[in-house]
Amino acid sequence: MTFATELERFGDRVAVQLASGEAYSYRELALRADSLFAPKYSGLVTPNPIAIECSNAIAPLAAYLGALRHRVPALLIDSDLDEPLREQLFARYDIGNVFRATGSWHQRAPDQHSKANTDLALLLSTSGSTGGPKLVRLSLDNLQANAEAIAKYLQLSTDDRPITSLPMHYSYGLSVINSHLLVGAPLLLTPESVTTRGFWNFFKEFGATSFSGVPTTYAMLKQMRFERMDLPSLRVMTQAGGRLAPDLVKWFGELAKVRQQRFFVMYGQTEATARISYVPPEHLLDKLESIGIAIPGGALELIGEGGEPIAEPDSVGELCYTGPNVMMGYALGPDDLALPDMQHGRLRTGDLAKRDRDGYFYIVGRLKRFIKVFGNRIGLDEIEHQLREDGFDAAVTGKDDLLVVAVRGEDVSPDDLAHRLSARYRIHKSAIRVRSVASFPLSSSGKVLYMDLLNELRE
Amino acid sequence: MSDNNDKLHQVFADSLNIDRKRITDSLGYNTIPEWDSVAHMALIAALENDFDIMLDTDDIVDMSSVAKAREILSKYDVQF
Repeated sequence: MTFATELERFGDRVAVQLASGEAYSYRELALRADSLFAPKYSGLVTPNPIAIECSNAIAPLAAYLGALRHRVPALLIDSDLDEPLREQLFARYDIGNVFRATGSWHQRAPDQHSKANTDLALLLSTSGSTGGPKLVRLSLDNLQANAEAIAKYLQLSTDDRPITSLPMHYSYGLSVINSHLLVGAPLLLTPESVTTRGFWNFFKEFGATSFSGVPTTYAMLKQMRFERMDLPSLRVMTQAGGRLAPDLVKWFGELAKVRQQRFFVMYGQTEATARISYVPPEHLLDKLESIGIAIPGGALELIGEGGEPIAEPDSVGELCYTGPNVMMGYALGPDDLALPDMQHGRLRTGDLAKRDRDGYFYIVGRLKRFIKVFGNRIGLDEIEHQLREDGFDAAVTGKDDLLVVAVRGEDVSPDDLAHRLSARYRIHKSAIRVRSVASFPLSSSGKVLYMDLLNELRE
Repeated sequence: MSDNNDKLHQVFADSLNIDRKRITDSLGYNTIPEWDSVAHMALIAALENDFDIMLDTDDIVDMSSVAKAREILSKYDVQF
């Protein structure tokens, strides 16, 4: 019994509303999902994984649900991902069929019986915009558990009408879809961004009750004078995908309070399907810098360097999460798809955190080598590796919303390289800094000291 | 080319990080990968700053092409 396999129980209720006016009921969505899979996969018990090139449109959504219903493991990727990066990823995982965002199948390799674990339902990239090879393995149980928890703390019902302000290949965007399909609500499905007229016309015409955003979305909304926008249907705003600056939390939190809306500041990781914690809106203004408390069914704790639990308030340790939405594990190549659940519901987040006396958690640092740029995780080692493949002697560091590349060699133009990175990863140049250096700061064992490098190139 | 037109093209080139030669009246939002939502808001900030104006929400979501940008700026007494 999952949101995907039980779509029919909401019958003629609208599941998907498009800006064109076209709408699909839950029954129609189920039929559409099945029609893409039933004939194609009737003879294959465990086919090799497919890829679905996603945009927020009916065809990829139906393909995603069809894959879940027919137990075909699917990799979701951005249909706008740079072509070479996409093909590299497909080749690495022996992807058989590719479902194009336009709605047609493309066979890139022969279908065969794969050794993929029978619990494996979904593969999501940990670093979507770089086409990084490291994937998160999720089961249908993971997706269902997270959808249930989200529906519970957001108090979702059939009366909600979320507008899809985030892409479906992104774990946060996907969690909005899953949690609303679970309760039989209509999705206002659009690929448009909050910066477009089309988005707001659609929002108003169909009376959207909620939207979701990463920190960049909220910065944009403030720049767009959100306080002057008349949106009477809006009841709920959610934020995740990185730390929202406390002044923006306060600004949106106060505005929501005046407008009698609920504003949820949340934290999560693709490794936990999407959601890990949230701040109950009634406490938001007292906890501006907090990631909140664990979602229903989950638990958060802090552990010290020796693995010992940290109980006393305000002490820093690694944030660990336990819950049914924790992934089966990572995959680095096709053989890993056969692996069973390696995590047993437990995830070391790689984030350093502390807890206050009220039991609220605060992120204070990060153990892993990645940054978030406009809400998307960017693996620094991944970019450094790709630059080295291209023949650059480069070291990559950075902080959230700023990728910093140090490059050695006299014949390299930092501007050209910045331009190239901006084009390849679709990152606006304001978030990229490339500098020529004579050498990289090294430790006594010869490792690049990335923190020192960042401090050197900070300004 | 008028001074303001020249300035407008430079703002577009800088904000979208593309060559000036690619800036034409018909160049539109989301028709090239470089003009995405992040670049759009960088463009808005640069226009507000360089032309010393304060744009409305409606102007921001309507600024869907270079020609449209000129039309909107004209409302704020920018002469082309």
